[in-house]
Amino acid sequence: MTTTTITPSPRPTTTIVPGVQRTLKNRVSIAETLSHTVTMAYRGLLKIKRTPEQLFDVTLQPIIFTLMFTYIFGGAIAGNVQNYLPIIIPGILVQTVITTSVVTGVQLREDMDKGVFDRFRSLPIARIAPLSGALLADTVRYLIATTLTITMGVIMGLRPAGGMGGVVAAALLVIVCSWAISWIFAFFGVIARTASSVQGISMLVLFPLTFLSNAFVPANTMPGWLQWFVNINPVSHLVTAVRDLMNNGTFGADAWISLLGAAVIVAIFAPLTVKAYMRKA
Amino acid sequence: MTYSASTSDWAVEADGLVKTFGTNRAVDGIDLRVATGTVYGVLGPNGAGKTTTISMLATLLKPDAGSARIFGHDVQRESQVVRQLIGVTGQYASVDETLSATENLVLFSRLLGLSSSQAKVKAHDLLEEFHLTDAAKRPLKNFSGGMRRRLDLAASLIAQPPLIFLDEPTTGLDPRTRMQMWDTIRRLVSTGSTVLLTTQYLDEADQLADRIAVIDRGRVVAEGTSNELKASVGESSLELRLADNRDLDDVRVAIERVLGVDPTVSPEAGRITAPMNNPDRVTELLVTLREEGIHLAELSVAKPTLDEVFLTLTGRGVDDAETENTAELEGSRA
Ligand SMILES: Nc1ncnc2c1ncn2[C@@H]1O[C@H](COP(=O)(O)OP(=O)(O)O)[C@@H](O)[C@H]1O
Ligand SMILES: [Mg+2]
Repeated sequence: MTTTTITPSPRPTTTIVPGVQRTLKNRVSIAETLSHTVTMAYRGLLKIKRTPEQLFDVTLQPIIFTLMFTYIFGGAIAGNVQNYLPIIIPGILVQTVITTSVVTGVQLREDMDKGVFDRFRSLPIARIAPLSGALLADTVRYLIATTLTITMGVIMGLRPAGGMGGVVAAALLVIVCSWAISWIFAFFGVIARTASSVQGISMLVLFPLTFLSNAFVPANTMPGWLQWFVNINPVSHLVTAVRDLMNNGTFGADAWISLLGAAVIVAIFAPLTVKAYMRKA
Repeated sequence: MTYSASTSDWAVEADGLVKTFGTNRAVDGIDLRVATGTVYGVLGPNGAGKTTTISMLATLLKPDAGSARIFGHDVQRESQVVRQLIGVTGQYASVDETLSATENLVLFSRLLGLSSSQAKVKAHDLLEEFHLTDAAKRPLKNFSGGMRRRLDLAASLIAQPPLIFLDEPTTGLDPRTRMQMWDTIRRLVSTGSTVLLTTQYLDEADQLADRIAVIDRGRVVAEGTSNELKASVGESSLELRLADNRDLDDVRVAIERVLGVDPTVSPEAGRITAPMNNPDRVTELLVTLREEGIHLAELSVAKPTLDEVFLTLTGRGVDDAETENTAELEGSRA
């Protein structure tokens, strides 16, 4: 465009370039799409900075859950707290970060109902940018939740045998998988009418998935029919993969299954979400 | 695919635009022609279809039928091109409430392709131009209606678009802020912008617009310059209330004969309203009425209001139009 020249004078007297004299294009390039996505993600981060209270769930849940679950179940399940930490911290980590990904859908719905969304739609930017930007910005929440949970564990006495490398790999795996899962909630966010209904549906999906898993209690203590579900639940595989990485430093079959699951979710829900979103955007 | 200059003198060409919500034909076949470099006013009461029309022209809403071109570019096939040519200031604030004024302007500038430092300069300049520098860092929650509108308009001007849509830019503003907004709009036009604005106020359209389209229930019911429009309604209007309602017919005949216009009669109120092109003739009318022994309870002369424009053009008042719209809405919900 020919209009990006900046006039430093407070009252620009430049006349506007007439519409018929401009060179215009009807396509947005991939590079531009990426740049718009990053700018939208920057907006997401600014919003987090402006309204830090919306980080309460991300910050408080890991702290409270770690304290609560460890002291309540620790003795019963692992004999003592110290032995329970390597089991429970990966469980809470997965549960917390996945729960955090619900926010993506809720906020997307809220955002799409606001006036500023009309402005985004009237700008010559990639249609997908507000959506992709939101998904990108939310990885920062996952990072915060991950860091806090692991730090809590270390404070309470967790000494991951997998070493720093194992912990970092585990954290990355959780963030990647949660990002994949956030596409499901983004889909709800796009098709739902209200933000609270997004919250409702998402929790309904999330609760069985996170609690009917091996996150808090070993599967072999459960009745047979439940074990069957717990063992096929992708969340269980993710929890096992995180335990392997943190406690042994090994990247095993469960980790591959988790990544495959994440890829499948993205393959299904990304096109669905984008399609539904484009229809509204 | 790049589009080079097309030779269109029209900033906006709309043909037979239609948008239906359920059974409600919000926009029912609207044609518009807005010449480049002019201010065009779309005048109509609440629910007439102004916002829906703008949304279709600004690529925010897909028309059910009809087509529109902005500087010759089709809003549906070349929507991304159209978006490079327009700035939209919606009826409701289209800025991010959680960010500050500066952050909003920097965000939109970045999206429009300015570098980080260019965006900061742009935001700074626009805030200064719109007298918002003092409030630049404050959260928008504490902004007054006028400040919000100014920020909204500033955000629409970042790319210096040759066409700007303003949806009810002064509704809800106090008179002083309203005047400031008018000045701003005039300044915009002097830099070569084309402006399409909607309003519910005849005086606003009168003050700002070169041409006006009056719309009602999704249709254009009149189109022309402010003077043409006023001439069709009368420069001012004469309102008579009679002491005795039985004289209504005689008065109507007298008005037709002396003033040469068609008056509007409201029998329940015992009231007659007539456009008054030539105030001198009123004396003649009054003399005629006295000669015929007709007594007046009240006489007043008023500048035409949107209500009268409406009454003349559609045979109903603005209030009726709104009531009907509400009734339709309730009907569709039931
Ligand atoms: N999104 C929508 N869904 C259903 N009805 C709508 C929608 N937007 C507008 N309408 C209806 O369309 C009509 C025209 O609305 P609008 O264009 O907002 O009028 P105006 O801007 O002139 O006040 C109204 O009857 C309104 O209720
Ligand atoms: Mg409106």
